[in-house]
Amino acid sequence: MSEPRWVPWARRFVLGFLALFTLIPLYVMISSSLKPLGDVQGDWAWVPTTLTIQPFFDIWETIPLAEYFVNSLVISGSAAILSVVIAIFAAYALSRFRFRGKNFFKMTVLSTQMFPGILFLLPLFLIFVNIGNATGIVLYGSRFGLIITYLTFSLPFAIWMLAGYIDSIPKELDEAAMVDGTGPFGALIRVVVPAAMPGIVAVGIYSFMTAWGEVLFASVMTDSGTRTLAVGLQEYSTQVQVYWNQVMAASLIVSVPVVAGFLLLQRYLVAGLTAGAVK
Amino acid sequence: MPTALDDAPAVKAAGAPKPQRARRNRRRVALPYLLLLPAILLELLVHLIPMIAGLVMSFFKLTQFAIRDFSSAPAAGLDNYKFVLDFDAAAGKSLLGSFWITVLYTVLSVGFCWLFGTSAAVLMQKNFRGRGLLRTLFLVPYALPMYAAVITWSFMFQKDTGLVNDLLGTDSFWLIGDNSFWSLVVVSVWRNWPFAFLIVMAGLQNIPGELYEAAAIDGAGWWRQFQAITQPMLRPVNQVLLLVLFLWTFNDFNTPYVLFGASAPKEASLISIHIYQSSFVTWNFGLGSAMSVLLLLFLLIVSTVYLGLTARRRNAVV
Repeated sequence: MSEPRWVPWARRFVLGFLALFTLIPLYVMISSSLKPLGDVQGDWAWVPTTLTIQPFFDIWETIPLAEYFVNSLVISGSAAILSVVIAIFAAYALSRFRFRGKNFFKMTVLSTQMFPGILFLLPLFLIFVNIGNATGIVLYGSRFGLIITYLTFSLPFAIWMLAGYIDSIPKELDEAAMVDGTGPFGALIRVVVPAAMPGIVAVGIYSFMTAWGEVLFASVMTDSGTRTLAVGLQEYSTQVQVYWNQVMAASLIVSVPVVAGFLLLQRYLVAGLTAGAVK
Repeated sequence: MPTALDDAPAVKAAGAPKPQRARRNRRRVALPYLLLLPAILLELLVHLIPMIAGLVMSFFKLTQFAIRDFSSAPAAGLDNYKFVLDFDAAAGKSLLGSFWITVLYTVLSVGFCWLFGTSAAVLMQKNFRGRGLLRTLFLVPYALPMYAAVITWSFMFQKDTGLVNDLLGTDSFWLIGDNSFWSLVVVSVWRNWPFAFLIVMAGLQNIPGELYEAAAIDGAGWWRQFQAITQPMLRPVNQVLLLVLFLWTFNDFNTPYVLFGASAPKEASLISIHIYQSSFVTWNFGLGSAMSVLLLLFLLIVSTVYLGLTARRRNAVV
């Protein structure tokens, strides 16, 4: 396609602008994490006068970052694994069986994603507190409560995406396995799951990211023992001062696992995301 | 695998005894429901039951005195709704204010996200050096945990030590007062436009290349092709994209909460922040629930009208 002369210029200008817009905060995060405290408390400087990796050591002492890290890791990891397992079962049912209420289920699951989080935050909080009072099962303030909450956030997308993935696996494969003597369950584990692995991994990453970045429920549903990174990172601000270099260093540390995972698997994730959003 | 396929016809021909088949059929009928059961239970516990509870709560005076014991809360009838919808009184006025701030925020943020995303995706249709790198860079804001990204922005918006004042040569407050609204919009656009970029890019990939070739043979120029092929072919994608962005942005809590802390300046007090404050800061859950229900009703009406309108236009085009 031959372009008019203005298009290459528009391309340079627009993409250049967007690249700068995207890059500047990333640069601020990285460069500030390498500055001593005195430097981030003064006027903004593009080039650090002193380079130091001290903030990367200090972050663990100023606040119990390691503890929050473990909390986030356990909560997001468990939510991701559970949501993937539950989604595999549900997606297999949607893809391989015809049954009453199938479309109703699909629509209900999808529409739960539309509701404002704030709408069910308050009742969920009270339900968790009351379940705790009535049965002694501690949901409010526990990792477990947050895990089951988070896994339902990514579940609808996980089910839709995996159902699409399983649709693309020829039905004959698992039917053959069943004829061979395994039940539908065996066929799922031995044939469908291995064949859908790329989709499963992508959904797992997505679920992990969703849980890792969640703020609203984390700020209400955690206490000092279960605080996640999303809430904990705010503790670098004290009444007296904000340790900005440490905040940036901690943000960087917190970002690396998910950004790396995302960039490694973006191909699968993007395909699934867009299929889910476009269809 | 090949052996399994080879064996298949033989086994089928032999056939299973009838009663066994009946039992198997019954199992087959129950199986999909069993497979769905965990998902259904969790959706019920975390989404549906709380929503119904929220609806019920909105008809009670559920203040800090009644939180321990649900049943002791006095009924309020429609009082909570009357209270927040009385736009002459302080509570109603501040809710209405929040509503308009949220509308403006949504329009600006969704508009810019869509504009940036579409321009980038369309301009990156052609292959050029560094395209893959640029694409990866554009996806980073989407991959970053949102609080890490927003905290970085709040550092950039600091009055004395921030980059924004340095860059603009100003000495203003960005996180309080009128400016805070614009800070919020910028951060939200920075964070969400890559999503629009992703979706539009996927939409562009689904447009068959022959369309452009045919148009080029007919003598259509770049702009004409954009208008006659790209735009109409992207319409279904755009319709979903705009709805999703609208719902996300209108419900946005995270951006203001991390940018400003628990008490957002009133110029940037989005509706979800407003609800959060009346629920968890002043401990009036009944009131918070009533506002949540109103918010849901509004979103449902807008979404339904939008889907209806776009469906009609879709039918008219096809």
